[in-house]
Amino acid sequence: MALLRRVPWAVLVFVAAATVPWLGSRFYTFLATDIAILALFAASLNLLLGYTGLVSFGHAAYFGIGAYTCAILMKTHGVPFVPALLAGTVNAGACALVFGLFCVRSSRIYFSMLTLAFAQIVWAVCFKWNSVTGGEQGLNNVPYPGLDWMAVIPMLGDLRAGDRYYLVVLVLVGLAFAALKRIVDSPFGRILTAIRENAERAEFVGVDVRRYQLASFVVAGAFAGFAGALFGLFNRGVFPDFAHWSKSAEVLIMAILGGFGSFWGPAVGAGVLVLLNQQITSYTQYWPLILGSILIVLLFVFPGGIVGALQAAVRRLKERRDA
Amino acid sequence: MLTPSFLLAQFQSGLTAAMFLFIVASGLSLIFGVLRVLNFAHGSFYMLGAYMAWQVTQWLGAASVSFWIAVPVAAATVAILGGVIERLLLRHLYGREELYQLLFTYALVLILGDAARILWGTQQLAVPRPPLLAGSFDVMGIVVPHYNLFIIVLGPLVALGCWLLLSRTGTGRMIRAAAWDREMLSALGADVGRLYTLMFMAGSFLAGLGGALVTPVRSITPGMDVDIIVECFIVVVIGGLGSLWGTFLGAIIFGQVLAFGILILPGFSLFAVFVLMAFVLVVRPAGLLGRPVKR
Amino acid sequence: MLEAKGIAKSFNGFAAVGGVSLAVPAGGVTAVIGPNGAGKSTLFNLLTGHLVPDSGSVAFQGRDITGAAPHAICRMGIGRSFQHTNIFKKLTVFGNVQAALIAHRRKAHQFWTRSEGLYRDEALALLEALGLADKADAVADSLSHGNQKQLELGIALASDPAMLLLDEPTAGMSATETREAIRLLERIVADRQLTLLFTEHDMEVVFQIAQKIAVLHQGRLIAEGTPAEVRNDPEVRRVYLGGGH
Repeated sequence: MALLRRVPWAVLVFVAAATVPWLGSRFYTFLATDIAILALFAASLNLLLGYTGLVSFGHAAYFGIGAYTCAILMKTHGVPFVPALLAGTVNAGACALVFGLFCVRSSRIYFSMLTLAFAQIVWAVCFKWNSVTGGEQGLNNVPYPGLDWMAVIPMLGDLRAGDRYYLVVLVLVGLAFAALKRIVDSPFGRILTAIRENAERAEFVGVDVRRYQLASFVVAGAFAGFAGALFGLFNRGVFPDFAHWSKSAEVLIMAILGGFGSFWGPAVGAGVLVLLNQQITSYTQYWPLILGSILIVLLFVFPGGIVGALQAAVRRLKERRDA
Repeated sequence: MLTPSFLLAQFQSGLTAAMFLFIVASGLSLIFGVLRVLNFAHGSFYMLGAYMAWQVTQWLGAASVSFWIAVPVAAATVAILGGVIERLLLRHLYGREELYQLLFTYALVLILGDAARILWGTQQLAVPRPPLLAGSFDVMGIVVPHYNLFIIVLGPLVALGCWLLLSRTGTGRMIRAAAWDREMLSALGADVGRLYTLMFMAGSFLAGLGGALVTPVRSITPGMDVDIIVECFIVVVIGGLGSLWGTFLGAIIFGQVLAFGILILPGFSLFAVFVLMAFVLVVRPAGLLGRPVKR
Repeated sequence: MLEAKGIAKSFNGFAAVGGVSLAVPAGGVTAVIGPNGAGKSTLFNLLTGHLVPDSGSVAFQGRDITGAAPHAICRMGIGRSFQHTNIFKKLTVFGNVQAALIAHRRKAHQFWTRSEGLYRDEALALLEALGLADKADAVADSLSHGNQKQLELGIALASDPAMLLLDEPTAGMSATETREAIRLLERIVADRQLTLLFTEHDMEVVFQIAQKIAVLHQGRLIAEGTPAEVRNDPEVRRVYLGGGH
């Protein structure tokens, strides 16, 4: 068991994921890109849900803001990829700061209500502001980042544009995960878990609870914006759906399905839910019904999600062996 | 443009919208006040009330009384559904963290939303105004439909009814005591479980009632559930979560700001409401009439 | 050290604390006693910023702290425990103390350094003094009630307070646990030269360790003085022995 724990799983998964383009299927690359980006999105939500103990019902707002900011800059203003991506991240974080100021007031219940309300307004802006966001139709034909420079790297020369973009996404998402991991393992992260466990007590060891909840909200929003910016380019277009409450629901369920008690749980949940979605939507259009039912089953039967259930199983095996 | 009759027209449409909103939001607020559960699916109950009212009028045909039968039937159906959900599922989450209750009611939003789509499709549906209230008054050059006036009178009656039930009956006093200290209440031997079910049913009834009453003036569509719940949240944030009169005041303010916000930001009057809500949150975090929460 | 002047707090017209003035001398052990519902916990919450008084003022070491936020009051050097055990349940025992140390040393904003093992030695030394060192890596939730109370004391001590406010430090403990907890408390207060203010329902404990006792009844202070004075106060005898609660 100790040996199992010493395996650098994250690195292994990353290396395995990097081989996907050479499987030769556009569909696999498509799925892998989808999973990588949504895994980051779910992990960003987990900073709030799993670490700070705040339930956001409007996390898609920041995903949408990142996506729209990046796409508008690249399409309408011809800004290059990297500054546009950074602008999307920063803008999502800035909006999270403004909305968060109101959301973290009073209590956790207010937080949940207000995240949903503010997300609806973001969605309404995307939906109605025709001249900038393209309104209901969204923005189509957002340019791909120029990735011709990748041709000089050996082995990458004859890859398709989608495969190249996937590798860029994989590296960026990997870096973002490393940064998030570093944040949750820091003293700041420890204080967030203390707030989650007992806000009253945290306040009385000298923590300005609201300020740290707000900081957590901003960081989570910025990472969501980063994921959103990558997603908009991957999708070659941005649509109001990105900021819709059902998207917020989806990412929340990813986090709970994988297990919000662990760092990697939400990423696992994202992978499983994307694959499940692929399977199920070919049979039925009632995806929200399935999502809601999954959520109820999780709440009553597996509150720890997939990773929580696995951990419990491993623990039980270990106890049986030791006994 | 700013003629007295225009202002009056905006005022009455704002007041009508406010009373619809109050009837629904009061249910949300009551449930929260007693159970300390924020029911995200309250908007879904409202939507089901609307669909049920449509369904019943379809069954009854064009009889002039069909609407008056449909409204109580729809509200009662929703109340029963609420009671069943509380008894069978929600009840088991009371001992768990707040988070699980929130997520549970959120899951209901997803399920009930799709269930409505399966049962009634995605087409917009409409219910004709009941013949009794199909006409309108002519006041100072504006047209006030009888139905709007009916709602404007009904809203305060519902508020008064709730208030009388809470303050003048034994059960009402128990309900208020439960909001104050539920441990003490169970120590006194009250059946808290039954009280909770009753309260959840009453709150759901109000949601269903609001949904059924709104059908003659707004079309029934999937998506009306989330629209109304966000509006309810804004109302209770402005007025104070758990306070009946706060909810009433919040609804009136919401309705008027929405109606007159059109003058400032045509097409975006919802933003005016958000600005107002943000302002209230800054100056009175617990809402205008809410009890300040311990920090 | 800590001085309250005429503080009052009402909830919906019910005066939980109605104009209490109380001075806690530095270095002393002061107890607040009173029947259930006398307003002891409300008084504590007013002193530590969890509630804002409707009127009156609170000063700590000469500085006005009326209306200051709990985290600010904690930083000035007041540590407290709560009547209901108030710890970080799903963190380890070490993690509980570490979080308090991080907050106290103002490292909470550091998001790019590692927290693993941070302040391990200090935390263990503190846990050693409380007799919890061997349980450092257990999840706090799994401790016995008495140990959880001691951990809560450890969390309060981690911010190196000059004054400690303990709300019912022996609530829910057995007689043996109570004796041990009090011995531990006395040692810590002496070692660290702390000023202690506590509420307690166990009169034996109160008269054993308190140098000064304040009696609260229906939100008002009805007596204040040395244990002997309070014991012989006719008003106190009437409240405790006479008309019941």
